[in-house]
Amino acid sequence: MAINWFKYSSPASFYTLAGKMIPIFVIAAVIFLVAGLYIGFFVAPTDFQQGEAYRIIFIHVPAAWMSMFLYVVMAFWAAIGLAFNTRLSSMFATAIAPTGAMFTFLALWTGALWGKPMWGTWWVWDARLTSELILFFLYIGFMSLQAAIDDPRRADKAGAIIAIVGVVNIPIIYFSVQWWNTLHQGASVSINQAPAMASTMLTGMLVMVLASWMYSIAVILKRVRVIILERESHSAWVTELQKKGAV
Amino acid sequence: MNWSSWSEFFSMGGYGLYVWGSYAVVFLCIVAEVLLISNRRRTLEKQYGHIHDLNK
Repeated sequence: MAINWFKYSSPASFYTLAGKMIPIFVIAAVIFLVAGLYIGFFVAPTDFQQGEAYRIIFIHVPAAWMSMFLYVVMAFWAAIGLAFNTRLSSMFATAIAPTGAMFTFLALWTGALWGKPMWGTWWVWDARLTSELILFFLYIGFMSLQAAIDDPRRADKAGAIIAIVGVVNIPIIYFSVQWWNTLHQGASVSINQAPAMASTMLTGMLVMVLASWMYSIAVILKRVRVIILERESHSAWVTELQKKGAV
Repeated sequence: MNWSSWSEFFSMGGYGLYVWGSYAVVFLCIVAEVLLISNRRRTLEKQYGHIHDLNK
């Protein structure tokens, strides 16, 4: 079956498509979440060094990965919107930011609660933690700049500049544990080494990463639909939708 | 199975505060985020009336 993907770059047709996709991702998120928590708490063994405290990993690592990944996706769509003047791309960037900021906050929060029992401190100004905090400020900066500008298309363009410049922070976060001495442990998973943990721990963590993925997609689609309506509320197709419903 | 009782499960080997403090805040953030988006949509619908999907 041939699908005309370009059709969906128009907010009107994407709005409907997104509405159909959300339930699928919600169901997938719930399934992965239940499976991931079950593996994380009931299958994965106690860590020989960190005891039960290590179980924070099942949300800390997914949150940290999502915080970085969502930023790159946000900057990508912001850049596309800036370069090609496509409305939907910019709306996507705007829709991703709050979820990215939330995951960044959660990575910092769960990291603090993990750091206290393991390192003896909630916070330390080292490279990994500081660069992740900067990521949080980048998200906040992107959102407040957009909120401060009344014209949405101008807000898109100004936000895109912050988003694109801020991408430089992502490799800094990722490689910070190699480039600088830090309290933070090295990568939990890397391509050229065996994972530094038991296989059930790894499985639990990866299933939780999938759950975060599905959740993020669902919630971002939900938000982008609201943004589409907000921005296109005076267009013919939205009026058409209202007529169909009992206005 | 790692736990022989519920109290053992909740105490998390003495790290209960840290482990559950992490999971509770994650849960709260998710609930808050979903509610905020639903609220934003409801505000719109108050302004423009109920909005149905095409082909539904």
